[in-house]
Amino acid sequence: MNRVDITPAAADVLNKIRDEHGPLMFHQSGGCCDGSSPMCYEAGDFIIGSSDVLLGQIERCDFWMSGDQFEYWQYTHLTVDVTPGRGASFSLEIPMGVRFLIRSRLFEPDEMANLTPIHVGPLEEV
Amino acid sequence: MQTAEATSKIAPRPMFKTQYENYIGGKWVPPVGGEYFDNQSPVDGSLIAKMPRSKAADVDLAVDAAQKAFETWGKTSATERSKVLLQIADVIEQNLEFLARVETVENGKALRETMAADMPLVVDHFRYFAGVIRAEEGSATELNADTLSLIIKEPIGVVGQIIPWNFPLLMATWKLAPALAAGCCVVIKPAEQTPTSIAVLFELLEGIVPPGVVNIIQGFGPEAGKPLAQHKRVNKVAFTGETTTGRLIMQYASENLIPVTMELGGKSPNIFMKSIADHDDEFFDKCVEGAVMFALNQGEICTCPSRLLVQEDIYDKFIERVIQRTKAIKLGHPLDPETMMGAQASNDQYEKILSYIDIGKKEGAEVLTGGGPADSVEGGYYIQPTIFKGHNKMRIFQEEIFGPVLSVTTFKDAAEAVAIANDTLYGLGAGFWSRDAHELYTIPRQIQAGRVWVNCYHDYPAHAPFGGYKKSGFGRENHLMMLNHYRQVKNLLISYSKNKLGFF
Repeated sequence: MNRVDITPAAADVLNKIRDEHGPLMFHQSGGCCDGSSPMCYEAGDFIIGSSDVLLGQIERCDFWMSGDQFEYWQYTHLTVDVTPGRGASFSLEIPMGVRFLIRSRLFEPDEMANLTPIHVGPLEEV
Repeated sequence: MQTAEATSKIAPRPMFKTQYENYIGGKWVPPVGGEYFDNQSPVDGSLIAKMPRSKAADVDLAVDAAQKAFETWGKTSATERSKVLLQIADVIEQNLEFLARVETVENGKALRETMAADMPLVVDHFRYFAGVIRAEEGSATELNADTLSLIIKEPIGVVGQIIPWNFPLLMATWKLAPALAAGCCVVIKPAEQTPTSIAVLFELLEGIVPPGVVNIIQGFGPEAGKPLAQHKRVNKVAFTGETTTGRLIMQYASENLIPVTMELGGKSPNIFMKSIADHDDEFFDKCVEGAVMFALNQGEICTCPSRLLVQEDIYDKFIERVIQRTKAIKLGHPLDPETMMGAQASNDQYEKILSYIDIGKKEGAEVLTGGGPADSVEGGYYIQPTIFKGHNKMRIFQEEIFGPVLSVTTFKDAAEAVAIANDTLYGLGAGFWSRDAHELYTIPRQIQAGRVWVNCYHDYPAHAPFGGYKKSGFGRENHLMMLNHYRQVKNLLISYSKNKLGFF
């Protein structure tokens, strides 16, 4: 069971960004203004810390969240969607006039038992 | 007839230019790439103006101008800088009603708030920093009979400031006023949702701020904000926003070894002890208003009191009044002076808030009032003030929604109230309400937040430091202590002894 998925519309936007910027990553934000929004960066632009959690991959793109935020979000299935709008922040889709956003729901008990394992901290260089 | 009357109360939409430019070195400069983007009003989706879509080359020009201006501005006397800040305040005050309407069209918030809160606070913050630098002194300490230590504060240099969209002019002021007072020159990047009001303001300020002291770069975060945060010739970055961008900016700052200040939001608890309901008097009425403060600025405030904690003994009595007061909030056209709650600032904000309302319902939280979109003005982004009853582990209690959504729960005693209040990643603001004089001091001290409002909420006077604990950032704005975040300490260590040390 994936912890995070992506809608076809968001995947389409993601692939357009990748055509321009190369490999990408997500880091889920919290807090003020544009908080609670997923941030899309060039892979490696955001330095992953030892407590960041890798929830999985969407469209060949790692999806990360800070460890303390994951404590609160771990029971939730996330879907990256996209909406017209003008979010602030450094997320790469913003110049396109769209904003990634998270749709979410709580996992069912049987899903909780079958979740993809998470990874904590930076990935080994391959 | 009634409709015509209602329409006539709506204040006129201000006239905007069709297009604005960047403000660099005291001149209005088109972006190097020649591209512009549309700034639309959240009030009704209408076009406000075209704004420059700046990139790294534009940021370079702005930093050049700021560096050049710093050669003189960094050496001006406190008298001179104070005078400039006072003149800025005067111009804003003279144009207060106009700027309030500009801010309302730009951000969507009700004119009632821009007139009574945003703009008067802007004026006062400039005056406050104009005042404090006239009273400040350095220090001289005689370390021994022959050695004197002089402490002199010097401006840090060129500062990059990234401004959020929830209070476009006020948040810019919180950052501009102390930086200018300290003698810094600024490159400011307004949020792309609200880029126009600061351009309008600086047109009014023509001839007051010396060229290059304030430079405005418009554009999108990844294209203009990022090169500013990464810039090798910027000496300090100040940011208000969310945690991931905050971390990213700190990573950039670590590469340049420069200081940063951050204000990163919260999930503020607002605690009501049972003693508030001992009498049904004017204070109880103030408490009811204090709980409804979640709707101020449509909930788009980092310190939005979005978690209401009520002592269980008084829950029924209190929540009934809070619901009643929330239902009385008048939604409508933001330019109508009677409207109490306006539009959310953008479509993506609107979508995100509605998605959280949906999450709350699915999590099993009970909707006490509201719970969906509103249709105040066609084409705009309006949401009903919404109250959920639930528990503190729910996502609507833990994640910053940044909208008019209140999550309510009860507690048994003070210890439980403190435990719930502190069970959050954030620590920016908190509210505490009681008639018990002992509680009024001891309990707020246990709350992990930089600002605890006691028997009040959402007051932001200059001279009261404001900033976060925990994941809400660091730095204290609104207070003279912010000056030191824009300065460094020069120590002159002077020897008056004629004798050598004798080492060599």
